[in-house]
Amino acid sequence: MRKDYNLAKRQYVIGGFIVIIAIIYVIRLFGLQVMEAKYKDFADSNAFLRKAVYPSRGIIYDRDGRLVVFNQPAYDVMVIPRDIKDFDTIDFCNAVNITPEDLVKRMADMRDKRRNPGWSPYSPQKLLTHLSAEEYGRLQEKLYRFPGFYIQKRILREYNYKCASNVLGNIREVAPADMEKDPYYMRGDYMGDIGVEHTYERFLRGVKGTEVLMRDALGRIQGRYEEGALDREAVAGKNIKLSLNIELQQYAESLMVNKKGAVVAIEPSTGEVLCLVTAPTYDPTLLVGRDRGNNYNKMMGDLDKPLLNRAIQATYPPGSTFKPTQGLIFLQEGIITPSTPYPCYHGFVLGRLKVGCHGHGSPLPLKPALQTSCNAYFCWGLKNMIDKKSKYGTSAKAFDIWKHHMISQGYGYKLGIDLPGEYRGFIPNVEFYNKRYGDGHWSATTIISIAIGQGEILATPLQIANLSATIANRGHYITPHVVKEIQDTVVPGEYLERHDTSIDRKWYEQVAEGMRMAVTGGTCRVANLPDIEVCGKTGTAQNPHGRDHSAFMGFAPYHEPKIAVAVYVENAGFGATFGVPIGSLVMEKYLRGYIPPERKYLEERMLQSNTIQYAGTKKH
Amino acid sequence: MQQKETTASVFKYVDWFTVILYIILVTLGMVSIYAASYDFDHANMLSFAEFSGKQFRWIGLSLGLGLVILLIDVRVYENYAYVIYVGLLLLLLVTIFVAPDTKGSHSWLVFGPMSLQPAEFGKFATALCLAKLFSSYNFSLNASKKNYALALMIIFLPVLLIIGQNETGSALVYLSLFFVLYREGMSGLVLLAALCAVVFFVVEVKFTGSLLLGIPIGQAAVFIMIMLLIVAMLALYCKDMVAARNVLLWFIGSGVVVTALTIAGLEIPGLIFFLSVIAIALIYCILLMFKTKAKPLLVTVCAAVVSIAFIFSVNYTFTSVLKEHQQMRIKVSLGIEDDPQGAGYNVNQSKIAVGSGGMWGKGFLNGTQTKLKYVPEQHTDFIFCTIGEEEGFVGSTTVLVLFVILILRILALAERQPTVFGRVYAYCVASYLIFHIAINIGMVIGLCPVIGIPLPFFSYGGSSLWGFTFLLFILLRIDASRRERSF
Repeated sequence: MRKDYNLAKRQYVIGGFIVIIAIIYVIRLFGLQVMEAKYKDFADSNAFLRKAVYPSRGIIYDRDGRLVVFNQPAYDVMVIPRDIKDFDTIDFCNAVNITPEDLVKRMADMRDKRRNPGWSPYSPQKLLTHLSAEEYGRLQEKLYRFPGFYIQKRILREYNYKCASNVLGNIREVAPADMEKDPYYMRGDYMGDIGVEHTYERFLRGVKGTEVLMRDALGRIQGRYEEGALDREAVAGKNIKLSLNIELQQYAESLMVNKKGAVVAIEPSTGEVLCLVTAPTYDPTLLVGRDRGNNYNKMMGDLDKPLLNRAIQATYPPGSTFKPTQGLIFLQEGIITPSTPYPCYHGFVLGRLKVGCHGHGSPLPLKPALQTSCNAYFCWGLKNMIDKKSKYGTSAKAFDIWKHHMISQGYGYKLGIDLPGEYRGFIPNVEFYNKRYGDGHWSATTIISIAIGQGEILATPLQIANLSATIANRGHYITPHVVKEIQDTVVPGEYLERHDTSIDRKWYEQVAEGMRMAVTGGTCRVANLPDIEVCGKTGTAQNPHGRDHSAFMGFAPYHEPKIAVAVYVENAGFGATFGVPIGSLVMEKYLRGYIPPERKYLEERMLQSNTIQYAGTKKH
Repeated sequence: MQQKETTASVFKYVDWFTVILYIILVTLGMVSIYAASYDFDHANMLSFAEFSGKQFRWIGLSLGLGLVILLIDVRVYENYAYVIYVGLLLLLLVTIFVAPDTKGSHSWLVFGPMSLQPAEFGKFATALCLAKLFSSYNFSLNASKKNYALALMIIFLPVLLIIGQNETGSALVYLSLFFVLYREGMSGLVLLAALCAVVFFVVEVKFTGSLLLGIPIGQAAVFIMIMLLIVAMLALYCKDMVAARNVLLWFIGSGVVVTALTIAGLEIPGLIFFLSVIAIALIYCILLMFKTKAKPLLVTVCAAVVSIAFIFSVNYTFTSVLKEHQQMRIKVSLGIEDDPQGAGYNVNQSKIAVGSGGMWGKGFLNGTQTKLKYVPEQHTDFIFCTIGEEEGFVGSTTVLVLFVILILRILALAERQPTVFGRVYAYCVASYLIFHIAINIGMVIGLCPVIGIPLPFFSYGGSSLWGFTFLLFILLRIDASRRERSF
């Protein structure tokens, strides 16, 4: 055993080190705890109450200045549990109209960390929400008797029209994740959820203010600290003008009662959305006030999914409403001329492949093909394009060009509407087919059903409406949007920008005329109004969920269009039975302002019919 | 003398003083955790739903663990030291890849409801391994560079792996093992250099406000400290009183001249002045060295040159090497930046909590600051706050003193070990404790930057408690058999 006594002395250096550190720390502790008084004052935060002052939230109007959403004051009873002294419970309960048992239960719920994760006896807790003005008045008078309690004024939403829930959205209490993302929010704040309330939250919410109040040892408020020198005023939120015509919205929603699907109407020249209906929908007032949570959960569990905004979130096979895009591409690519005829013998027949069609003359060129919605015509077009090796070299190259034309017409990607949660639909690309069928193992015949908007193709009703607007504009669209004006601010530039498609304007005239013919003497005759020149295209989409979906896409008037619509009704059969009537009524209502008596029967039929019952059933 | 070791003899010779100190500390810890997470309605200290109840369970398991450790043959620890070390290294490595991401770090292994932090167990493994190395036959740290390399490798392998887990704080703890190297023969100059580096760094970074001779006053102060260092090293290390006196007179003389010239209105460029004055002193030392061939003179010159290089690198290190949040934490702890809502929030709130405790504290469970949840991590890294607020100056000083007593006791145990293995191991334990306590309490009272390491025996969490229990009870086990092994 060796022991170096010289090194052994080093224990004193190490021991000395920790002793010196400890001495320094003790001196510091003495300084902090005994010498300095300021930390005591800091800790006496009980003396101050920082009370948030909530600004009024921006008001929402429709395009014609009709008041749609406004504010109602609501009063919450807040309590700082540690400051509660003995109080007259009966008196309190009478003031706010609750039973003493109810009060006991609410107190218990407030303390239950599972129900109230933010529980702390030292910070403000919410005891009661949404007092009526009368209850508020009574309690305010007696508040001095209830130390630890105070009233927080808040803003709730009120709705003039019981519609457009999917566009307007609603407000909800912030979740912990929201507070993490944006430090502006504090527990108990409200923020916009879905819809315009969400997208334009930044403008609508305004800026919170604070009031610094002084309290005595009993927690009673003694007045403003330094005469309000540290207070910050709340700044009111900005008002918003929607592009919706709220009465049109309401009308379209009524037509869609007892149906599943969507109606979208756009003003083609501006991209402003005139109505954006999803069905089934719900009354926006269901998501306001004390019952919000219950109602929300109930709707979440509803199998008809009223919370799904089908206009932008449902992706459907567009069916025959897709055919105009095909005609445009074939014309642009020189596959057809306006007079090229294709044969149709009750369908498109090639070897063992057959795509059925219905009775009409044959052969026929583009316009009559649109008029009669001939499947064979567009299948031939697609086949001739994809297989045109002389022009494109390979099918893949041809398909790639086809896909780019589709994207330029607003399909396959989100359009970018100012509502959260938009879906992009689906336009397959070369890689998709290569993966599915193998490189070079697919051709026009493999994918022929996309020519008639079936197969892999999926689109949102908004995209279909946007196509209608593009044809109405003869070759361009402006990103659809639901907000027309924001107080003191300009609407984001992307909602003013014009998107030109990759198709020449002259070809649009051909397609528009074909769509006009469909109304005057084809599949959309129900929409043939005596004094308004309507253009349209029906769609009857096969789908794996039961009866065919009924769709319609159209615009009016033929020259200088004012409205473009898309209607999609799930499992409602032929496009002509539901899509066309609803679409034509919406256009008529918007352009005329009323429905003439001779068409009341049609309106009545739409209002009365119920197609929701056919969901999931096979055929008729 | 080889006596047969029995279970009874282990309990006879175990150092009960340390055991009782341990029990006192963990009990105080549990009570503090209870206070830190207390609220009126769930007032049950032992309820498993509370942090204190969970900690109680950990403490119970720890005591069982301690007992098992005491019952295992002492030779197991010595013989399997390398195996344990390599095993823990592998575990640390695996952890990097399998641990889920918690706030950017990958240091927790999750087993169902339980999660463990292997870094806490790396401590005793590294200590055993280092002790084993030093106890190998005829090992002396200064005998060869290879020995140094081995010792440093043992220390730095876990450091690298823990940095890989993004737990820089836990990795820094291992640097405290330099105390052990020092005890076992490493030159004291290394510790002196580390101390100088810290002091120079703090002085230069903190005092940038006013100027002296055209350079920041902090930098000027560091130059003056380097001058004093040269004089001190000449006097104490080279033991050359004449040279020390000459250099000191030269420094004082030039200082007086510069002061006079400045008063007379001349502007002296400070950087050139300090550099030239020190350069002349160093040239004198080098000339002296050629004459006397004294090696310590060379060390002194090198120390001065490195110090000056350090001055110029501080700025670069601070702004370019450290991350922004690390810079901020250092600035806050040095009182340069006051940022009570941002980086300084924790420290500011913990100072308020501790400061509001006063002499006698607000009383058990009466603290408002910690209960209001103003102080984050109040039951883990900032547990000392609760003690400061509720038990006041008296309570917090008592806890601090208890820790110092524990460390001094461990140092005493270390020196009474008959084997190098026992001694080195004991020093490792003491070093870890010194580092944890100095940094953790220092950060709570705002004297150190915030480094997230727990307060031993107090902070909530099974891994930390178990890690320190392992450390301490293995030491007690080694100590209990010191008699049979002294021959």
